[in-house]
Amino acid sequence: MMDWPILSVLIWLPIVGGVAVLMLGEKRLELARWTGLAAAVATFVLSLPLFQAFDRGTPNMQFQELVPWIETFNLNYHLGVDGLSLPLILLTTFISVLVIVGAWGAINQRVAQYLAAFLILEGLMVGVFCALDAFLFYVFFEAMLIPMFLIIGIWGGPNRVYATIKFFLYTFLGSVFMLVALIYLYLNADSAAILDLHQLPLGLTEQIWIFIAFLLAFAVKIPMFPVHTWLPDAHVEAPTGGSVILAAIMLKIGGYGFVRFSLPITPDASLTLDWLLIGLSLVAVVYVGLVALVQQDMKKLIAYSSISHMGFVTLGLFIAFAIFARTDGTSGAALGVEGAMVQMMSHGFVSAALFFCVGVMYDRIHSRQIADYGGVVNTMPWFAAFMVLFAMANCGLPGTSGFVGEFMVILASFQANFWYAALAGLTLILGAAYSLWLVKRVIFGDIANDKVAKLKDINFREGLTLGALAVAVLGFGIWPQPLVDLMHASVDNLLTHIAQSKI
Amino acid sequence: MNTFDVLELVPLMPEIIVLTMASIVLLVDLYISPQRRGIIQILSLATLVLAALATLRLHTGETAIETQRLMNGTFVRDQMGDVLKVFVYLTVGIVFVYAKTYLRDRNLYKGEFFVLCLFGTLGMMVMISAGSLLSLYLGLELLALSTYALVALDRNNPLASESAMKYFVLGALASGMLLYGMSMIYGATGSLDLATIREQVASSADSVVLGFGLVFIVVGLAFKFGAVPFHMWVPDVYQGSPTAVTLFLGTAPKLAAFALAIRLLDNGLIGQLGNWQLMLVMLAIASLAIGNIVAIAQTNIKRMLAYSTISHVGFMFLGILAGTDEGYEAAMFYAIVYALMAAGAFGVVILMSRAGFEAEELEDYKGLSQRNPWYALMMLMLLASLAGFPPFVGFFAKLQVVKAAVGADLAWLAVVAVAFAVLGAFYYLRLIKLMYMDEPETSEPVQPAADLGAVLSLNGLAQLVLGIFPGPLIAICAAAF
Repeated sequence: MMDWPILSVLIWLPIVGGVAVLMLGEKRLELARWTGLAAAVATFVLSLPLFQAFDRGTPNMQFQELVPWIETFNLNYHLGVDGLSLPLILLTTFISVLVIVGAWGAINQRVAQYLAAFLILEGLMVGVFCALDAFLFYVFFEAMLIPMFLIIGIWGGPNRVYATIKFFLYTFLGSVFMLVALIYLYLNADSAAILDLHQLPLGLTEQIWIFIAFLLAFAVKIPMFPVHTWLPDAHVEAPTGGSVILAAIMLKIGGYGFVRFSLPITPDASLTLDWLLIGLSLVAVVYVGLVALVQQDMKKLIAYSSISHMGFVTLGLFIAFAIFARTDGTSGAALGVEGAMVQMMSHGFVSAALFFCVGVMYDRIHSRQIADYGGVVNTMPWFAAFMVLFAMANCGLPGTSGFVGEFMVILASFQANFWYAALAGLTLILGAAYSLWLVKRVIFGDIANDKVAKLKDINFREGLTLGALAVAVLGFGIWPQPLVDLMHASVDNLLTHIAQSKI
Repeated sequence: MNTFDVLELVPLMPEIIVLTMASIVLLVDLYISPQRRGIIQILSLATLVLAALATLRLHTGETAIETQRLMNGTFVRDQMGDVLKVFVYLTVGIVFVYAKTYLRDRNLYKGEFFVLCLFGTLGMMVMISAGSLLSLYLGLELLALSTYALVALDRNNPLASESAMKYFVLGALASGMLLYGMSMIYGATGSLDLATIREQVASSADSVVLGFGLVFIVVGLAFKFGAVPFHMWVPDVYQGSPTAVTLFLGTAPKLAAFALAIRLLDNGLIGQLGNWQLMLVMLAIASLAIGNIVAIAQTNIKRMLAYSTISHVGFMFLGILAGTDEGYEAAMFYAIVYALMAAGAFGVVILMSRAGFEAEELEDYKGLSQRNPWYALMMLMLLASLAGFPPFVGFFAKLQVVKAAVGADLAWLAVVAVAFAVLGAFYYLRLIKLMYMDEPETSEPVQPAADLGAVLSLNGLAQLVLGIFPGPLIAICAAAF
């Protein structure tokens, strides 16, 4: 255990850094950039001891901090991490550094505001993963929207205003119903501590209503079919950094919400409605995979591929209930939930990397259309190598992190129902189809036009970003054990908890 | 019983101070040369400070003061009243600071504005502390008459005269309704004293006269709040009045209206909770719906904020209609926070305007973040707070009223309310979009006067600070009931 409040530091250091950058302003730009980078790197470095000191043997919350916040209502500033949230915190601090580095070349106007928005966003996202008080969680969850709204709206593409308002209203609409559900739970449990809410007995009807409220919030966030339509718009219009954060971390908050709220608070409703969730997940995997195939815009393609991959996350989480219904054991179910968590981490790296790749090309040619490219390998060999690697990871090639999660989820699906697994397995074909076809059209072949002929290969900064992500993708692909160890105790605890009825 | 004790006047000191000082300001204004008129503002602010000191005199620590009934029960001094009064002084003080440059630029800087505002404040104080229907009505009319005159302050402006006329006619009608309702209550209970009415209502069976009286009272209240369907005057008056007057109208009187509702519905007619709750539910839903939907269609910022006020009234009703202490606390928190948010938002409108240019159109806010990033950020915080996004204090206001509604077994109403809150987010976002995502049409920098800028910055930052540390304000409201 630490003798200093590490989680608070991880939340507030980037926020304070962001405010400092904002104060420095556009006039002292270089200083502002370095301050921003220093804040992001410091946050990442400080998050590493968390990984070191984390006790992998216990599912309990660790590094807890508790300060009374609103005493009249017994709300607390209560932080803590377990095996489910810790990996996501590390993902957040890691990706944020890359985004700040990535801003160096890509953003030329209102740079200080851009950096500040990302740093504040980072702090808020870490806060979401750490919060153990339901209302504190909600505050972080909602507060994230404002910086993201500005990021897409100010630095985005031509249709940015439509995309950002759609993004905002969709997520806001989902989350307000969650707020009502949280208030209801709070009034019944007489406590806002998330762990107390886990223990609260609830009737089935109540559970179903609460489950639906949570579903609206998290299904929009993750996003699930059919409330996914904001994501392609937001991704296409967002600047590179915005797309990266959105895909790598914000979508994970939806998945995290399911494991932290929906499953443990409403297990019986989850069991009753698992067919709905499994069905929607399979639609996402198959149908949205097909949609990805026909995209002409690279960012849109990756966005649809993200939805398809996140379908695996929800499938892995809810397949557990289908397994409970057939067998007594929790081992297969554990495979599903762990697979979902690994898939979230892996998708965090892979989608971030692919959006960075698109960003690299966009910075040079200012087009995201697949048709404007072709034969990039001839002029940008280093870049092509990275892009091919990440495309392979995206289609789940063994040896990359993309394989591990998908494989675990498919294995778990087999224990529930052969046809679930068969449909989920289709993704290996579809994913390969759209990823490889993308690579074929963009990277390989003859040089398509003069612009491609004049391309310069990636510079040191871009190489560093892509290289770091490549190491992560390969590392977790070859040796996922540290990651699985981290979450094992918490997943087991979660499954034991949700296997018992709360009625 | 009817002996008069001079010591009874001591708890009335705040009212006496405001009355005396308002009269002094009126006299000073007569004899002072126009160049020295600045002193009027100083005197008015000093009045508020003195009144605040007099109000806070009895308060020590966290414990609530004991409720005192004075002047044969017509005047009540209690914790809720004192808290509301302090926030009335604060908001009126903010109004005085914001209004100064606006009025000076337009040749409207006269003693009348301050005198009328101070008399209006006195009216609000009387309303807040009213213990009988008579004093309640007296305070209400003092406030109303002051505001009618204020709206017509710029008498050369036909739009202002028109809205003053509308305001007067509709306001008088509302007062009439309220008075009619009061007369029926008097007929049913035989008393003007709210405490006696409460006992009578509790002991007697439902009578038709009482029910009728209640309907008229609620109608009158809804008029004063500006709740749908009695909201027609709000947009016209907000748009037509000089912005400084709109600023006054849109802020402190909401606190007084809240007190009016509590005094009448809770202190007097709590026995009829079952009846008035249903009426307020309907008013709340209608206000949330009309307020939020129609605001989307507005192109004039003052009109937009007027419709936003209507929707906020719907939220305040959500707290009041719960009929519990938690609900009243929530509604009081909402009213206080709303007054501060609205003051800030109109403050920005004043900041952007100058002589001959009112900055009333939404288009005028294009690219504000490039013309002046700091005040754009303040407006962003105010708008986010109005929309109810965390971590701004407006979120906790909404959280509490929604919680009160869920606690009163009206979860469906809470769901309706939050759905309309999402709808409402749109027009605040549109203004943020104009400020941050559009290019400015003029590169002219926005340079406010120092006092306006400083107070506005405090006002904006308060949204964030109160949002991160809402505990103390919540505790203050909780202690009031």
